Amino acid sequence: MNEINSKVKPKFFEKHQRSIYKSLEDKHTTIEEIDAEDPLNAKMILNMGPQHPATHGVLRLILQLRGELIEKAKIDIGYLHRGVEKIAENKTYQEFMPYTDRMDYLSPYSNNVALCLAVEKLAEVEVPERAQYIRMICMELARISSHLLWLGTMVMDAGAISFFIWTFREREKIYDIFDEVAGHRFTVSHSRIGGVANDFTNDAVARIKEFVETFPNELKDWHRLLDRNRIFIDRNKDVGIVRTEDALDIGATGPVLRAAGYGVDQRIITPYLKYDEVDFEVPTRLEGDNLARYFVRMEEMAESIRIIEQCFDKMPKGPIRANNAKHAYPSKDEVYYSMEGMIHDFMMTDTGICPPAGKEVYHAVESPKGELGYFIQSDGTGHPWRLKVNAPSFRNLQVLENILDGEMVADTVVIIGGIDPVMGEADK
Amino acid sequence: MSLELNDTIQGVVDGLSSDFSEDLIEVYQSCGHTYIRVEAENIIEICKYLKTRHHFIYLTDIIGTDRYTSDERFEVIYNMLNLRTRDRLFIKIRVEEKDPKVNTVTSVWKSASWLEREVYDMYGVHFGGHPDLRRIYMPEDFEYFPLRKEFPLLGIPGSIELPNTTPDTE
Repeated sequence: MNEINSKVKPKFFEKHQRSIYKSLEDKHTTIEEIDAEDPLNAKMILNMGPQHPATHGVLRLILQLRGELIEKAKIDIGYLHRGVEKIAENKTYQEFMPYTDRMDYLSPYSNNVALCLAVEKLAEVEVPERAQYIRMICMELARISSHLLWLGTMVMDAGAISFFIWTFREREKIYDIFDEVAGHRFTVSHSRIGGVANDFTNDAVARIKEFVETFPNELKDWHRLLDRNRIFIDRNKDVGIVRTEDALDIGATGPVLRAAGYGVDQRIITPYLKYDEVDFEVPTRLEGDNLARYFVRMEEMAESIRIIEQCFDKMPKGPIRANNAKHAYPSKDEVYYSMEGMIHDFMMTDTGICPPAGKEVYHAVESPKGELGYFIQSDGTGHPWRLKVNAPSFRNLQVLENILDGEMVADTVVIIGGIDPVMGEADK
Repeated sequence: MSLELNDTIQGVVDGLSSDFSEDLIEVYQSCGHTYIRVEAENIIEICKYLKTRHHFIYLTDIIGTDRYTSDERFEVIYNMLNLRTRDRLFIKIRVEEKDPKVNTVTSVWKSASWLEREVYDMYGVHFGGHPDLRRIYMPEDFEYFPLRKEFPLLGIPGSIELPNTTPDTE
């Protein structure tokens, strides 16, 4: 038995705990042999989480410290594992939609749309143009909402509490917009296979337009507060560096990858919806540290506002759901006043959409956290044979395990904040 | 069925059929992406070849599937991206149900580590030579592989030991 394991006595999941400690000791063992002596007894193992306010959910870090320096770190995830992929195999495609809300719960709209786009590609469903623009607007609002939460908590991790309140005031406005658009504030489930649930109301359009008008001013204020703030820069500069040459190899994605110098954005790589018709930039930075990630996300929010404005200019009038009873739910007018509509509604709920057997599809969208992809294998029934979620937070947490070594223990919370993982998504 | 391949993917197929002619099994397309099925033995060399010669430098995902057939039951799918030409490629290998074992590609892409651990956790496919092959979501004490088709949706009662509700009193 190795050294750490001889000292601890786990009370439950004993095999699991012991294997983590062993794996921690085994992580680059060559370094350990050089300084095996520890006269000051400064070496210790710190279990951080899973219930720690700064880990943004149930993330557990096992850190081996020498004084305040992290010698090596291991991450233990799975505390929020609900087996959504198994659940998906037992649900129709539309029934699975509310589960996607609860994966990346900070930007539920992106998850809904990612699933819909994958299924629509698989079953070759045409989506009306107006619905595509509605989806785009809501996805960009979701991106802003997610980045606002990241900004508030990250600045709070760096020591400024009041900032959190200001970003949440803006988030509250987005929640009100979603309440008006979808009928729910948090878990919206507004997208449908073949379109969206309902059109924007006049009130919703007015609220979004007002938000688009006022938000850039807030953003400007925050830039003024943080960009040259001595304390903020000291906490974030050269902390948690993802080096450009490593970034692709260790699997970074989203803003973490873009802050390391690669302009990888699914909206550019494989344009979906109408992203090839709007004009926007993909912000990148070269440094790869926490400050670079801050700038990338702040600029992304400004770009999102630009996209929303262009969407409103281009959005045509028209239907918001495919008019094909085999592909999408009929409108409620049809359901209540015609027999066929009623039957179609029942068939969609009971059997759902049945893509051709033996087909496989992968579709990725750029969620606020990075590349969010759905891989679906169909066996011809209304349930997927296999549905795999390619979760960006999961891959960014792997990056976290690689960049924590050699950092200070006080910086871990800031680095976690900068990576911005959502455990609901990473743990599936 | 005729294939519509663009230059990059055509180059990959040509390269594989000349350099790895014995490993290449089939090439097909589904929903706009190209899937190439190869023999499991030489997966490391094939991945290294794709990364160095065809610039597939970014491994996006590793997907495990359960085909639920009597031969070659499990499938492992590597999803990779060429950032120069923005092409996506899927490489598939199949493994037997009894003692499923594949060689790890962590030497080619470091990011394969967690992705392979996930496949191992969910399907029980072993990755030979993996530096740290532990379960990633389920605890080590768990004995089943939950995404296999025979695992019931409701779980198996008693398969996970729950912590004592009053931990201090043993």
